[in-house]
Amino acid sequence: MGEKPKKKGSISYAKWGYIFIAPFFLIFAVFQLIPLGSTIYYSFFEYYRSGLKIIGPTFVGLKNYITLFATDLPKYFGNTLLLWIIGFIPQIAISLLLAAWFTDLRLKLKGQTFFKTVIYMPNLIMASAFAMLFFALFSDNGPVNAVLVNMGLLKEPFSFLNSVWGNRGLIGLMNFLMWFGNTTIMLMAAIMGVDPTLYEAAELDGCTPNQMFWKITIPLIRPILVYVMITSMIGGLQMFDVPQILTNGKGGPDRTSTTMIMYLNNHLFSKNYGMAGAVSVVLFLVCAVLCVVVYLGLTKEDDGLSKAERKARRQAKKQAKGGNA
Amino acid sequence: MRKISRRNFLLASGAVTISAALSACGGSSSSTSTASSAAASTAASDATAAQGKVLNIWCWNDEFQDRFNDYYPEVASIADDKSTTTLKDGTVVKWTINANENNNYQNKLDEALLNQDSAADDDKVDIFLIEADYALKYVDSDYALDVKADIGLTDADLAGQYQYTKDIVTVDGSQRGTTWQATPGLFAYRRSIAKDVLGTDDPTEVQSYLSDWDKFNDVAAQAHDKGYKMLSGFDDAYRTFSNNVAAPWVDGTTVKVDPNIMKWVDQTKEYTDKGYNNKSSLWDNQWAADQGPSGKVFGFFYSTWGINFTLLGNSLETPVAEGGKEEVGNGIYGDYAVCEGPQPYYWGGTWICGAAGSDNIDTIRDVMQKLTCDEAIMKQITLDTQDYTNNEAAMEEIANSDYKSDFLGGQNHIALFAEAAKKIDMSNAGPYDQGLNESFQTAFKDYFTGAVDEDTAKANFETAIKEKYPELTEVVWPA
Amino acid sequence: MSHAVKTKSEKATLTARRTVSYLVLVLLSFLCLFFFYVLVINSTRTHFEIQKGFSLLPGKSLMTNLKNVLADANIPVLSGVRNSLIVSSCSAALSVYFSALTAYGIYAYNFKFKKAAFAIILLIMTMPTQVSALGFLQLITKMGLKNSFLPLIIPSIAAPAVFFFMKQYLDASLPMEIVEAARIDGAGEFYTFNHIVLPIMKPALAVQAIFSFVSSWNNYFIPALVLDTADKKTLPILIAQLRSADFLKFDMGKVYMLVAIAILPVIVVYLLLSKFIVRGVALGGVKG
Repeated sequence: MGEKPKKKGSISYAKWGYIFIAPFFLIFAVFQLIPLGSTIYYSFFEYYRSGLKIIGPTFVGLKNYITLFATDLPKYFGNTLLLWIIGFIPQIAISLLLAAWFTDLRLKLKGQTFFKTVIYMPNLIMASAFAMLFFALFSDNGPVNAVLVNMGLLKEPFSFLNSVWGNRGLIGLMNFLMWFGNTTIMLMAAIMGVDPTLYEAAELDGCTPNQMFWKITIPLIRPILVYVMITSMIGGLQMFDVPQILTNGKGGPDRTSTTMIMYLNNHLFSKNYGMAGAVSVVLFLVCAVLCVVVYLGLTKEDDGLSKAERKARRQAKKQAKGGNA
Repeated sequence: MRKISRRNFLLASGAVTISAALSACGGSSSSTSTASSAAASTAASDATAAQGKVLNIWCWNDEFQDRFNDYYPEVASIADDKSTTTLKDGTVVKWTINANENNNYQNKLDEALLNQDSAADDDKVDIFLIEADYALKYVDSDYALDVKADIGLTDADLAGQYQYTKDIVTVDGSQRGTTWQATPGLFAYRRSIAKDVLGTDDPTEVQSYLSDWDKFNDVAAQAHDKGYKMLSGFDDAYRTFSNNVAAPWVDGTTVKVDPNIMKWVDQTKEYTDKGYNNKSSLWDNQWAADQGPSGKVFGFFYSTWGINFTLLGNSLETPVAEGGKEEVGNGIYGDYAVCEGPQPYYWGGTWICGAAGSDNIDTIRDVMQKLTCDEAIMKQITLDTQDYTNNEAAMEEIANSDYKSDFLGGQNHIALFAEAAKKIDMSNAGPYDQGLNESFQTAFKDYFTGAVDEDTAKANFETAIKEKYPELTEVVWPA
Repeated sequence: MSHAVKTKSEKATLTARRTVSYLVLVLLSFLCLFFFYVLVINSTRTHFEIQKGFSLLPGKSLMTNLKNVLADANIPVLSGVRNSLIVSSCSAALSVYFSALTAYGIYAYNFKFKKAAFAIILLIMTMPTQVSALGFLQLITKMGLKNSFLPLIIPSIAAPAVFFFMKQYLDASLPMEIVEAARIDGAGEFYTFNHIVLPIMKPALAVQAIFSFVSSWNNYFIPALVLDTADKKTLPILIAQLRSADFLKFDMGKVYMLVAIAILPVIVVYLLLSKFIVRGVALGGVKG
């Protein structure tokens, strides 16, 4: 970090920052900002269709929001969080485990390419096709019930799709199966980005694989962990297609698997942009707040993170070199 | 036709029913309805002047395309990829086929109709197809032309059609669609089970045991005692109740739940609790399996297409594609018979509408005339495809012939269909039917399975429909 | 001697760990593969067999189903595969390249609105997309881009989630010293990005390319709104079309067959890229 180039940089390089992010913001402005603005705008209007007749838009102030909070909104919010957690906990646990195994040089697992390929494969099937298969497997006369009954675990077929927890469990299972491979691969990419000399040094110092995982891997891949956590949470709060498909668009017994976006979707049946807009805005606010909390909670001080980490890495490397010497 | 019901299982389930959000957004909205009615009248008056050279037909599958290509006499040639059909006068028919998964067909059709005024003549929608489920949404708008006043069909043209097929697409005396199909429903029962339970498998005698709901319920109890289920699923009988209501679902902005619908609730709850049904849902695996060789279900409510195709296919042990034959001895082929059952009903159907703003009125009229009114063509379609067509005279002719179905043990079911079709009364059909029926069945399924009590089911129904239809204000339950 | 004992017990724990790993992996692989197995099995069965329930044994209708799918003039499978390939590869390429570019722009440079830009992108990510489809369709209709691939490809330049991943990846694995060294060597900014930063990011690029490709490949909703004519339709639209066939033609065997056909290219692309991840890491120039 010589004085000279840095000074030069602070004058001319800022321009490059703008140039590099320009395409993204240009495309974003054209294709997303306008629709986004109208979503917020129409949340203050009565605006829907009755058949092909268009009602409104008529400005109604906060009426949509008032109506919204008079409904079962908290219930759908609770459902959404619950369904996310059911799928996310096994997903992150298994993914971390697999990523650690795959990248563990001493473990030298054979057939890695095969396993890595296979675990991601459920994500390749279209969700709708995947759900067709789930229906077939978990129906009352399906093979899962047949096996459970034959093994004597059940007296009579359990109606997975008609019971509250059966339904929620299947949604969690489907989300888990669809996404754990994805998460594993991301974590693997992150772990492979970690400097191998760190592990070599640690090994020489007599660290166990366990220690290396918690003391080196986890802190160094924290940015990606934050990423996984936040995107999964956003994905979870916006959960839609899996419960929608698995419950035939009905949201489970007594609406216990109805998520926020499914609720939003119900309003789009009549193209009710007023109510749908209000749900979107509420969801957006909740999402944003949760993300900020998680982001700050996991990274402590925002910008300091990467610097601190780079410093840690440099120190570790120095130690490693020292150890070698 | 049957997609209606299958939608429950596949289409709606299919995924992501983001009933999106097409047009509407901008400010153009408020003017559309008046503009389009103007378009309708100008289109009608211009009709004789100049006819367009491109006929745009919108549909969601290739069923009508096949009927058109095979039976419309003016067809000259068909493109290799089927995307266009050329008529003898040089008009090019352009097919726009959008699957209805995720409501996609309706979304795109709505968009196109709302932009009909500004579209170039050759891009305007000329003909669009609709299903019974959502027919009223289009029929009760200015986008569908009156088949008599705007398109020019005469009462004589339409005289041969079944009344119910006209009632469904009629609003305030104006008929805005026409169909080549009639889909009367019957009760298809297993002969062997009827013999075991009632001591007879003769359709007339079995009918006498099932001619009203009280008798039907008695038979259900007897069947249960012998180890059978009367019906397979919760919704099997729903249409027979919902097609026989005393008034439309909605009066003004008030939903009035018909007592007949509540009778379905009571009956189905009783059947579920007592084990008279197999707790399946329409189109699921259990339901299909119940129709096959391993089934123990007394019978199924099915309409024309369902009996000839779905039920027949499900009844075979070895499918045709794998060398099985459609003959007695393969599964339970020959073990079914049909009777009218307790109440008349229909299930399915596709209607043809002329779009306001079309510049091809003469062609539309001719298509409707040939493909929905022409007795000879109707009869031919039935003979070729077993599709039950919408022409009383042609169907009576087949009914009175010595036609018999081996699948139904030698019964002439066309005769029964012909009888049933005349009794269907759909004068109480309304634009909310699909949405309210679906929400009702969903809400009460939880009640049948025991997940909620009846009051919660009612409350869930009210919540659901107010989400779907913001304009509905209250729900009145029968005392 | 004690050294030898230690190695032995180490070996034992290693073997134990390996055994557990294999057990878990085999179990998970079975779970994942089972669905493919059922899918393939169902593509060999007839509609009525599928309707009646599940089977572990294949049926005899593989060729019949295949023939039926290929013979359907309204379901142009080959052009569907081509269209899906074009749309998915282009949008994966654009989204990966431009997200990396944007992430690098925010990571490597100091400018006034840097933090604001980062925050805005994160906020976009939290906005549910379901509602904005309406405005989107109107917009592209006005731009005259209906029934074109462009509105399916161009917007992938602005992919917040991909950007976020790239940014996090850069935080974890690109020391600024490398960039500064390049500058001292006289490399231009674009040259530095294309020839020094991108190679370092290879694993991240490959990973996100797969994800973008797959999600674009399986996307039904937006393409179904945008595309009209049969020669432009992508595979998910064709599958939906088969599923909405009328009763005479509705055939679950055909549906499963087309789903199977649709999955094949994705598996191939995935296999290619998953090798690339490994290679990208092996070559990675990051360890400076």
